[in-house]
Amino acid sequence: MSFWTRHHIFERNSIVLVAGILVVIAIGGLVEITPLFYLKSTIEAVDGVRPYTPLELAGRNIYVREGCYLCHSQMIRPLRDEVERYGHYSLAAESMYDHPFQWGSKRTGPDLARVGAKYSDDWHVRHLTNPRAIVPQSVMPGYPFLSENEIDQSTMADNLRTLRAVGVPYTDDQIKNAVADLKAQADPDSADADAFAKRYPKAVVRNFDGKAGAPTEMDAVVAYLQMLGTLVDFKLYNEKANLR
Amino acid sequence: MTIGEALLAPMFIALAFLCLIAAALAHDGGFAFHAALGAVAGLGAAFTILNQYYNRHAALPAPEIDGRPNYNMGPIKFAAVAAMFWGIAGFLVGLIIASQLAWPALNLDLPWTSFGRLRPLHTSAVIFAFGGNVLLASSFYVVQKTCRVRLAGYIAPWFVVLGYNFFIVIAGTGYLLGITQSKEYAEPEWYADLWLTIVWVVYLLVFLVTVIKRKEPHIFVANWFYLAFIVTIAVLHLGNNPALPVSLLGSKSYIAWGGVQDAMFQWWYGHNAVGFFLTAGFLAIMYYFIPKRAERPIYSYRLSIIHFWALIFLYIWAGPHHLHYTALPDWAQTLGMTFSIMLWMPSWGGMINGLMTLSGAWDKLRTDPVLRMMVVSVAFYGMSTFEGPMMSIKVVNSLSHYTDWTIGHVHSGALGWVGFVSFGALYCLFPWLWNRKSLYSLKLVNWHFWTATLGIVLYISAMWVSGILQGLMWRSYTSLGFLEYSFIETVEAMHPFYIIRAAGGALFLIGSLIMAYNLWMTVRAGEVEVQAPMALQPAE
Repeated sequence: MSFWTRHHIFERNSIVLVAGILVVIAIGGLVEITPLFYLKSTIEAVDGVRPYTPLELAGRNIYVREGCYLCHSQMIRPLRDEVERYGHYSLAAESMYDHPFQWGSKRTGPDLARVGAKYSDDWHVRHLTNPRAIVPQSVMPGYPFLSENEIDQSTMADNLRTLRAVGVPYTDDQIKNAVADLKAQADPDSADADAFAKRYPKAVVRNFDGKAGAPTEMDAVVAYLQMLGTLVDFKLYNEKANLR
Repeated sequence: MTIGEALLAPMFIALAFLCLIAAALAHDGGFAFHAALGAVAGLGAAFTILNQYYNRHAALPAPEIDGRPNYNMGPIKFAAVAAMFWGIAGFLVGLIIASQLAWPALNLDLPWTSFGRLRPLHTSAVIFAFGGNVLLASSFYVVQKTCRVRLAGYIAPWFVVLGYNFFIVIAGTGYLLGITQSKEYAEPEWYADLWLTIVWVVYLLVFLVTVIKRKEPHIFVANWFYLAFIVTIAVLHLGNNPALPVSLLGSKSYIAWGGVQDAMFQWWYGHNAVGFFLTAGFLAIMYYFIPKRAERPIYSYRLSIIHFWALIFLYIWAGPHHLHYTALPDWAQTLGMTFSIMLWMPSWGGMINGLMTLSGAWDKLRTDPVLRMMVVSVAFYGMSTFEGPMMSIKVVNSLSHYTDWTIGHVHSGALGWVGFVSFGALYCLFPWLWNRKSLYSLKLVNWHFWTATLGIVLYISAMWVSGILQGLMWRSYTSLGFLEYSFIETVEAMHPFYIIRAAGGALFLIGSLIMAYNLWMTVRAGEVEVQAPMALQPAE
């Protein structure tokens, strides 16, 4: 029986054909994906990475909603020009709490992995409202409506709880105070600001959009952008410790 | 009344009722809107089932009439028309977002007209709505003809076609409302994903049961590719989309995977959406429609066997080439690159098998623009499956990644290969489905061919130049060792190419409008064919 007649078993039995297909397509995925869940070297051990604060998370959800990832990457490659343009190359640990990841695949605009603390809040607010007012050649859409929309606070705690269920280590305390923390981070004068700072050490408390009143989507987006890439202190980070 | 009718009608009414409650209690407006759409669709489905039951004669349509299979063409006609509709819609949105990149004022500063929301609408409309309906129509046609049996199921084929298009409506309106999980080419949220899973399982069952009932001893090669496409897309969809909704009454969910694992899952999915949706499925079209139109047998049976198994085995490994130099571990990147380069071989094996099918019939390229369109599509397939492995080499990728070169590569495959082979299949299908002797006008097909080809050439050459130019500008240094260009200078340099790209897209859209007119006139005014066309013989 030649090789070619042996193949008849697939051509004459549809179930055998389907089983054959399943086996053949399973191999590549299993080999490439499963080790990522148990090889310790996949995500390096670093200090400083923490879950997003409620305000940052709300900003991130708006970033996702508006499809920002379609034009902005958040993944600096270890190439000379990228490291000089954007900062230290991105670590896997820096996106370990990202559900979903936002590495992106296209840079119509610049990479944002380390945009945090590079520009003032005011710069971001003006730029998001009308990009060409700040950068005349920009092709970015304007997002003036962000300043007009208040953040939906009713599901904030549920958002944190859902993220905890998929593996982000939010504490009971953080979930219980989600709404209070959301408001406190955008209002430095509030009574909750100290408690917020305890729950999210080193998180920035500022009135990001510069306007009084309940936190807007603009507050959230700017809070998110201002923390991107700022969690790991690269003065203390030892690359050699994580050589793989 | 069949068991299906007896079960499905009340199920759809119950579903409509649940949707109505969900719409009333929804946490966000988008979810309420989708739930209301679900309620309307559920009631419509239940009404249609009952109406069909009361209007039809006692028996279901016979599987055979006078010893010849009584083919089920209704759902195919619907999918073929839907493909044309979504195609034009998708190309139009593509033209709009291409123009937005050249003239950003076109974003209008409104949420639902900004680039970030329209871009997924464009990709989903062309890949899943246009391409998906072409695949549904052609697979249901080919599986019946090559198995010589009527499509399995009475309600099921209609459920697949209508349910799939309902999914498209939910996905598309969702993007405009800002409902997305941001995973490229898998943007729809959890409830749309669940619905698609149900539709897809029924699709697999209809296809598989039809194959099982076949009157031919062998399963025709096109059906292997369709099966691989259906089965693998199911696996990819389930692997990439497990998500936990924040509330059962809201659209937002969080994906189970995070960070680097999510990235790997995403591009395992993303690349194989290309590999199995846009390649395996359309190769099935190539394996049926080119031999049929050229009236020649497939060039090599053995090559098809090698092509099939090698292609589906190698493709699944190629995903990590989307993550070169990222925080994905190097070993995975290296595997992805290695298999991507190997993938060049089966891809070209398939191209050779398609092109060489023309041996002895090359003269038809002069007289038959439909065949020419399909042959050129295979040539584009060959070109982009060479370009792909080349771009997956890490050094090349370090330049091409994040630039328009990727966009150009995708479009040489999408416009050239998927677009043209789909157009060819639709030009074949419309006269066959509506029993017409021929197309309304071959001259108009010729016009479509040349407008679209010119559009593609403008598109991909503009993107090659802009992509490589921008990649080089990003890494350019002055003699003093400073980066030579600020980012915005590289954006400014793209402007002329974005205009050329939009012009190319406009030509491609005009071509598709010519096609729609031609197909419409074929159905409306074409000469009726008396004899039903013969079924195709197996390839061996």
